[in-house]
Amino acid sequence: MKNLSVSNVEMVYELPKGGSVHALSDVSFDLQAGRLLTLLGPSGCGKTTLLNIAAGFLAPTSGTVTLGGEPITGPGQERGMVFQQGALFEWQNVSQNVSFGPRMNRKKKSETAVIVEDLLATVGLRGFGDKAVYELSGGMQQRVALARCLANDPEVILMDEPLGALDALTREKMQGLILKLWQETGKTIILVTHSVEEALFLGDRLFVMAPRPGRIEREYELPFAEVGLSVDPRELKASPEFIEKREELLSMIWDMEEQIMGHEDGTS
Amino acid sequence: MNEHPPSTGPLPTGLRKPPRFGRRGTQSRKTVTFGDAAEVTTSKVWAVVSLGGLLVLWWYITRGPEPILDEKTFPSPVVIWDAFVEWWQDGYRRTSAWEHASASLSRVLKGMVIGTVIGIPVGFAMGLSRIMRGIFDPIVELFRPIPPLALLPLFIMWFGIGEESKVNLLVWASVWVMIIAARSGVLGVSGSKVHAAYSLGANKWQILRYVIMPNALPEVFTGVRVALGVSWGTLIAAELIGAEKGLGTTIYIASRFFRMDIVFVNIIIIGLIGAAMEMIMRFLEARLIPWRGKG
Repeated sequence: MKNLSVSNVEMVYELPKGGSVHALSDVSFDLQAGRLLTLLGPSGCGKTTLLNIAAGFLAPTSGTVTLGGEPITGPGQERGMVFQQGALFEWQNVSQNVSFGPRMNRKKKSETAVIVEDLLATVGLRGFGDKAVYELSGGMQQRVALARCLANDPEVILMDEPLGALDALTREKMQGLILKLWQETGKTIILVTHSVEEALFLGDRLFVMAPRPGRIEREYELPFAEVGLSVDPRELKASPEFIEKREELLSMIWDMEEQIMGHEDGTS
Repeated sequence: MNEHPPSTGPLPTGLRKPPRFGRRGTQSRKTVTFGDAAEVTTSKVWAVVSLGGLLVLWWYITRGPEPILDEKTFPSPVVIWDAFVEWWQDGYRRTSAWEHASASLSRVLKGMVIGTVIGIPVGFAMGLSRIMRGIFDPIVELFRPIPPLALLPLFIMWFGIGEESKVNLLVWASVWVMIIAARSGVLGVSGSKVHAAYSLGANKWQILRYVIMPNALPEVFTGVRVALGVSWGTLIAAELIGAEKGLGTTIYIASRFFRMDIVFVNIIIIGLIGAAMEMIMRFLEARLIPWRGKG
């Protein structure tokens, strides 16, 4: 099991018209293996940038990110990605999507077939292997995306608003699935979300990020994800502790949004 | 006097008319249909009426009691049918109908194959590399707008009056379309698909083979369809200038001998072949690329 370590990461985007955006300022943290970190914050706080740096799609302006002591210099299969939508290969059926990673690694066909069957069962898509992905609902497509990512048995799973395009009910169900996968596989997960409730419910650790420059504003250790599967999630989300945290976070983000608006009014 | 008042109750179910809300008299419960695109489908009855009406009108102005058009320059449908049968059975100028048609089709096929084989790699290179984009962009933008027929005299001078000039002209006609189609197919791939594939352990070659190529296929197919249409039109015009065999050639020669019936037959055949090509391509597309537009 490998820990993820982010130290003094700075990210500055140069704009083509001149000027620059300070997307991340001095971001440092250590994430122990097996934890589920949620990143929450208003638009422009750099949470997706941070995820892309961890994935290896972006190189930070300065600072380092390491996994198990090894610096991250590019994408790699020990760090799986789940995107909001549209990242499935629509020219392949469900099984072929899930087996993509093993096939790229030239795994034996018999081994791959076993992996695919197991994962389809895990995400609740047993018997859907031959379906075209565009025949599935949005929620089922995200189940395929989760299975595809797990097929390579990554150390870390990075999720960029994985449930952002789903309707409210499907979203709740899928939150349950993510918790289940996390608890059963013990994977390290970083999940970016816009939803305060989701960040609280799924994260056993939560960062609230703030914009201009993008940074980690507050850190929380949360108890909800641990018990999320053993109690009724609706009840948990209606509990006084949960509501208190939710309101606290909401008002914090609300204030940030206000500041951004004020800032924009001042400069324009 | 009033023992049998007129019934106002509902009719037995079997006798009642189905509710007629939609314009097509379907079971649609829509209350407004004007402006609703889903309600405007082709009425098959009127399509037949339209086609039949056209034929009758044609017949009337050429063969009616007081013909408006001279059958020498504008033959009636009856004459054209006879000419078609004659052309089909005996050919024209000692060459069979099939030979004329296949001469034209094989030129288009040759031109398309070469144009596609050149165009796809160039388009892919332009979509994948800044340098290639830089090299080919000005060439494509410069040559693409030139109508292929403008080059025909040059091509005849360079490659002779025979097959070579025609096939080369069709390569020219199709290659730019294919380059642009392949390029936009490559550029249309979503970043998250490519990123997902990298995170799943794919190398560059695998990204090209398993993500970019299938992703570009629908655009490439559209390119083939467009290029085929352009090539067909270009070829017929080129054949009018001069060739041994071909549908365009037949039109030219027949008009010189004032066989307007043969001219008409060939025009219609050219149109039908063009339509058939389009239909075959649509059929293949539905079969080969069922995921089109579903990403």
